[in-house]
This record gives sequence, C-alpha cells and structure tokens, in this order.
Amino acid sequence: MTRRSLLASAALLITTVGAHARVVTKVLPWRPNEAYPVPPISPGGYLFFTSGEAAVVDAIVDRLIPADDLGPGGKDAGVTVFIDRQLTGPYGGHDWLYMQGPFSLTPLPSQGLQSPLTPRQQYRLGLAALASYCNATFGGRGFAQLNPDEQDKLLTGMEKSEVKLPGFDSRMLFNAVHTNTMEGYFADPIYGGNRDMAGWKLVGFPGVRYDFRDVIDKPNQTYALPPVAMQGRPAWGEQN
Amino acid sequence: MARRLPRKDVVIVGLGWTGSILAYELARTGLEVVAIERGPWRDTATDFNIGTAPDELRYAVRHDVFLRPKQETLTMRNNPSQTALPIRKWGSFLPGNGVGGAGVHWNGQTWRFLPNDFRIRSHMIERYGEGFLPEANHIQDWPVSYDELEPYYDKFEYLAGISGKAGNIKGDMQPGGNPFEGARSREYPTPPLKQGYAQELFTKAATGLGLHPFPRPSANISAAYTNPYGCSMAPCTYCGFCERFGCANYSKASPQTCVLPALIREPTFEARTDSEVTKVNLSGDGKTATGVTYVDLNGEEWEQPADLVLLCAYGLFNVRLLLLSNIGKPYDPGRNEGVVGRNYAYQTGSGSTAFFEDAKFNPFAAAGSLGAAADDYNSDNFDHAPHGFVGGASITCAHTNGRPILYHPTPRGTPTWGSKWKKAVNETYQRVTNVGAQGSVMSYRNNFLDLDPTYKDPLGRPLMRMTFDYQDNERKMANWMAERCDEVAKAMGAKATQLNRLVGPWSVVPYQTTHNTGGAVFGNDPNTSVLNRYLQSWDVSNVFVMGASAFPQNAGYNPTGTVGALTYWSLDAIQKYLRSPGPLVQL
Repeated sequence: MTRRSLLASAALLITTVGAHARVVTKVLPWRPNEAYPVPPISPGGYLFFTSGEAAVVDAIVDRLIPADDLGPGGKDAGVTVFIDRQLTGPYGGHDWLYMQGPFSLTPLPSQGLQSPLTPRQQYRLGLAALASYCNATFGGRGFAQLNPDEQDKLLTGMEKSEVKLPGFDSRMLFNAVHTNTMEGYFADPIYGGNRDMAGWKLVGFPGVRYDFRDVIDKPNQTYALPPVAMQGRPAWGEQN
Repeated sequence: MARRLPRKDVVIVGLGWTGSILAYELARTGLEVVAIERGPWRDTATDFNIGTAPDELRYAVRHDVFLRPKQETLTMRNNPSQTALPIRKWGSFLPGNGVGGAGVHWNGQTWRFLPNDFRIRSHMIERYGEGFLPEANHIQDWPVSYDELEPYYDKFEYLAGISGKAGNIKGDMQPGGNPFEGARSREYPTPPLKQGYAQELFTKAATGLGLHPFPRPSANISAAYTNPYGCSMAPCTYCGFCERFGCANYSKASPQTCVLPALIREPTFEARTDSEVTKVNLSGDGKTATGVTYVDLNGEEWEQPADLVLLCAYGLFNVRLLLLSNIGKPYDPGRNEGVVGRNYAYQTGSGSTAFFEDAKFNPFAAAGSLGAAADDYNSDNFDHAPHGFVGGASITCAHTNGRPILYHPTPRGTPTWGSKWKKAVNETYQRVTNVGAQGSVMSYRNNFLDLDPTYKDPLGRPLMRMTFDYQDNERKMANWMAERCDEVAKAMGAKATQLNRLVGPWSVVPYQTTHNTGGAVFGNDPNTSVLNRYLQSWDVSNVFVMGASAFPQNAGYNPTGTVGALTYWSLDAIQKYLRSPGPLVQL
C-alpha cells in the first residue's frame, strides 16, 4: 500500500463512524510539515489599550524594569505591545479558566484566584482608577507625568496594597502588570516583547537552541553563543 | 437520550500511559478495544514540533497542553470546617489532557518505590511500635510486595528506555547506583544521563558527608533505544524543555514515543478523541458495568457498550468517575466509613537554595530528570526513633530547566522589581543551585476527595472537592529534610544558603507537584479499599482502575514508575479475568 492510499483509507475510516468524535485508527493521523505555530506579533498600534492607557503602561513597565547599563527597560523591550496582544487573546478573557460562580468574597489565601474580573477588566478598570487617583493626588498629573521617585513610591504602595484607588484593589492592578511584565520581558520575542532578546541576555539564557550537549560536556564554563528565538535571530537576516 | 453504539470487548477511559499500554496489550490479542479520550489527538510531529515546542509562554505559563479548568477542575479547602472554592487556575498541580495525558508533559523521573514502602505500616510498627504512627493516620500496607512488582517495574522501564545506574542487581551491589533500592533483575535499559556541574559538586559533597549519591533514573534518555514494542527513541539533547512540554526530539518516554506507533497498527483498536466519558453504566443490580456514556464535541451523547471497562484517566478523575457512577461506597470522614475518595495524599517539597560566589551552572542545559540524588533519608533508610516522624524524602540536586519567565531566581529579600531586582537577576541566574527533598505524604482521616455541593462542570455534574493539608508529621519530616539539604548545600561550597521549609497551609497557588495519589486505593480489605490487589473494583468486577489513585499513601518518589508497574501487574490479572470473568479475589 502506498502512503497516499494509506492516508486515503485512514480518511475513510474517520468518516465511517457516525459519532461526532474524532476517530483515529490504523494509522497515525498526521501529515509531514503540519504543525501548530503561533502567529508572530507585529508591533505598531494597540489592539486593546487606548493611547492614554498605553502611555501609563509604558511608564509602569519602565519602572518595573528600568533601562540601565544592564539593558533596555520594559518599554523598549516591547512589554506594552506584548501585554496589549495578550489581552486580546484567550488569556485576556480568562477563556480557559473556571469562571463559574458563585464568587466568594472571603476566599482563603490558599484558594488562589477567586476574582470574577478577567485580565481585560483588571486593566481597563484598574488603569481608570489609577488615573482618577493620580488626578486627585498629584494636582491633575497622570502617572506618566510623575517623576520616577513619585512613580516608584506609588508602585510600592500599590504592591503593598497601601494605596487605595477609588473602587479598585491597587494590588490587583500591580500584580497584573508585574506578572505580565515578567512574561513580556522573558517570553520568546514572537509575542512582541523581549525585543532583541533583551530579557534572555540579562540572565544569559541562550534561547531555544534545543541542543546543549556541548554545554553539558564542558561544566562550569561560560556559554558564549548569542541567544536564538523560535524565529531565529536578527543576524540571520530578514524573517519571513 | 444517548445513542447506542455497537458493542466492544473493552472500553478504555483516557489514552495516557496506562490506557495506551492496556489498549495495545489487549488489542494485540485480537480484542475489539476503543479508547475514549476527552482531549485532542496529539503527536510529536504536529504538536511538539521543534519549531514550536520550545515556547515557555505558551506551554509553561499559559498551560497549552493541560486540562483547561473551564472543562473540569476541582474545588479545594484545607480542612472540613472550611468552604471549598474552585481551583479556577491550575497552580499547585497540573493535570494533563489529550492523548498521552500527563505522560506528554512530565519531567520523566522514573523511580521504583522501596521494599519497605509496600509494607510501611507493618514495618514501622515492628521497628518503632504502634504509638509511633501519627494521629488519625490511615497508613496501610500495600496489597502487593516489591518482589511481586519487580518484573512489572522491569517491563515498564524497558518500555520507556529508562536511563540510570542499577544499585542492586539480584542482591549484588553495584558501584555508582542506589544502594538502598530493592533488588532489580537487570541493569537499566540505557546508561544514566550526563550530569552537570552542580551535580558534580553535590556528588562530591554528599559522599563526603557519608551519603550515597547516584544519578537519578530518567525517562529523558541518554542513548538511542528501540523498545520491545518496536518504537524507537533518540538521545536527549539537554534542551531544558521537558516538564510542561511535549518533547520534539523523541527523547522523552511518553505514550507518543513508546506505545502509540505500535498501538495504532492494531486493526482492532480505535481511539475517539474530544469525547468526555460522563459515567460508567451499570446493570440493574449495580454489580456489572455495561459500558460507558460519553459526550462528544457537539454535545451529543453516546452510549458505548463493552464487556470490560478500564478507567485510565488521571488518578483524580478516576475517583470522580467512580463517585459519579456510584461504584463503591463514597468515603464519609465524619463516620470514617466508605472508601471512594479515602486516603488522598500528595508530596512534600523542601530544601535549600545554594548561592555560589563564582559558578556557571548553565541551568538551561538540562533535562527533566537530570540530577543526582541520595536516598539515605528516604523511607526507613535511617533511624526515625529520635525524630518523631514517619516517612522520608529523596534528596536531589537537579536542574530541570533554565526557562527565564518562571526561573530568574534572586536571593530572599531582593525587591521584586526595579534596578536592584534587575541587577540581582543578572548576578544570580548562573550562580545558584538547589538541594531539594521530595518527601512522602501519609494518609489521614481528614485528607480526602468527595463531590462538591455547589460547583459544577459545564455538563452540570458536580466538581470533585479536595480536602487536604499537610499534617504535623509531614511538616516535621519536610523541615528536618530541609536542614539535611542545607548541610549538603554548604558542603558543596555555597557562600550563602536559604532554607525552604514547609510553612503555612497547603496552597493551590505555587506549583508544587503533580503527584496526587489515593482516593481509589487498592488493598486486601474492602472496608478500607476500593480495589482488590489486582486493581479490580470490589463492587463491579468488570471495572479495573489504573493510576496513582490506587496508592494507599505516597512515598518519597515520583509516582510514574510505580503507576507503570501496577498497570502491567493488573494486565496479567485482566488477562486471567478474561479467561474466567468474575472477582479475582474471593472474600
């Protein structure tokens, strides 16, 4: 039997059983060169954030990971774009999580996530509450207009839940941005952050080379090759 | 109303390790076998392709290959006085989904439990007296011995090509292996993985302290290997994408690499994916299973009649299916009666983080099972009398990965953001390693599984409720182990160490381990077990239940090796059952 006729008979078997399940029998159901890649993110514009929100997120992520002699900050590493695109996908709606009620108002810390608010709602409501707070507290200046010391002090207060934003838990907003900033700074650049693999260079992660037998063979030695991402690396030329 | 499908000889619920092994072994004898799997079909070339597999965000953080809590989760509380709430997002443990199950995304540490673990209750009483056992414990001897299981451990290890170094072959001690292990009939199928710099330091330091380190057994294999089913694997490249990922290199033992290529050629086998079994159907007297009911992707309900029903889902979901199908008496902790859901247990984690002045550990050059371990403090390999706890832990120095979203360690007390954080991340990544203790958890009256009174899945069936906390015995054990780990970490030359103790209630938030055990325990007494010693239901003799749900309590090891051994052990009994159906153990 040729491969082609084998595939044809497998296709036939898939359709002969009436049940609406995927039925697999006789041959493994895959074809060469078939895989499930994620679509690469192109920077430019925002799909979820308003320009005002994006400016505040830029300012926050640049305090969480400031630009310094160790490398670019969160903003230049594309973290805001990363967050924006994540919020428009299944993560932003908690699409895969268990979101049925009732939602307890008094969960135990050991019971973890219990808020009905999706990440999209956390950003939209949280950033609006932060804007009102800054407007009232800093004489009409928004977060992005504060100086770095003021920004750090405010973020510290949010992290400790000492700052009371109107109608929104300041720590929830802080945690959302902090978690997503770490993701965006260290995730594969295909998602829009970690630009030029800045996060990987910061720690010395060589990326997805997928073969480190040479490293295992040379214990306690510096790894000298630059990082590689799923789409390669800029020095390899234009990516398709 | 469910539409009835043509009868099959065998229906298997869940197509992971246990389901695929049983499917292959039964289909090759000519039986008509159907496996029903609620997740998608998954295979290496398509789903774990080298161009898409090493994606930390997609797999490790967003949980692409795991069961989605939206489809099914559990509710959780620490003790019966609290109100359980749903685990809305996985944290502490990560149940698999789809063909291959947790066998896709495991790290690959493949242990045998120690001979004493199988008779831990009798052994502890003989050595220390009954009063030494913790309060309200349900510790039970296993209904099989190590010697009985040995040939089946061997079978699973040779199926999976496990890399390791024997410590005891038929009673002859082997240099470089684990001197505490039970006698094995032959050497591992493939030699141990190469070890990294941290393991080199650990091995030297542990030996200096009088311990007996060895390379831990690994399903990320060191050399090309073809298993008895004719399936071939390739050597591990230490890429550092094992746990939470499918392996693109065909180097990690999984149903995909070790069983499915052979299974799929069996003409009497078929898999139906994206189909969730909702219950096992019983005859009018409740003593015989007539098949299962499942719901497909379109929400349509089907009845699959079968002579034999094998529950091969993840252990927790086997327990839930038993509860939803009214097979066996549900456990009632108030009266301390009933069996289904009884003896749920887990695993402790503790240890010491070791910071070095100048080292290049290259944590990214890693494998899920790469590591050196010592079993001197496991099980009853040491005198427990001065310590006041039972159980033990395997002590390990390992690097399973250096993936930076989840692994960018800093010393305790470092800010979580800002310039100081950035500097600490930059300075620490290469200079930190860990000595960890993975410990046993005994079974107790108030650690159990039952159905939740409030929360339901999308099909309207109650979620399972997990009531669990670490008890004093486990805390004492884990914290004593943390100090032992710290001794080794200091002897390795760390300039600073940080103890990781077991403090506070068990929480669903940080990842700990997907080693959930018990709830459908096997034993010799139907008052304290759901299954007889062959993993056959005491109540419904044509139902067999695989998985770690059968463990009476958990040992200080990863469970998969023992799950695999029990599967082959039960297979022999199932074949006996097929020749002469009925209970394999008469009371």
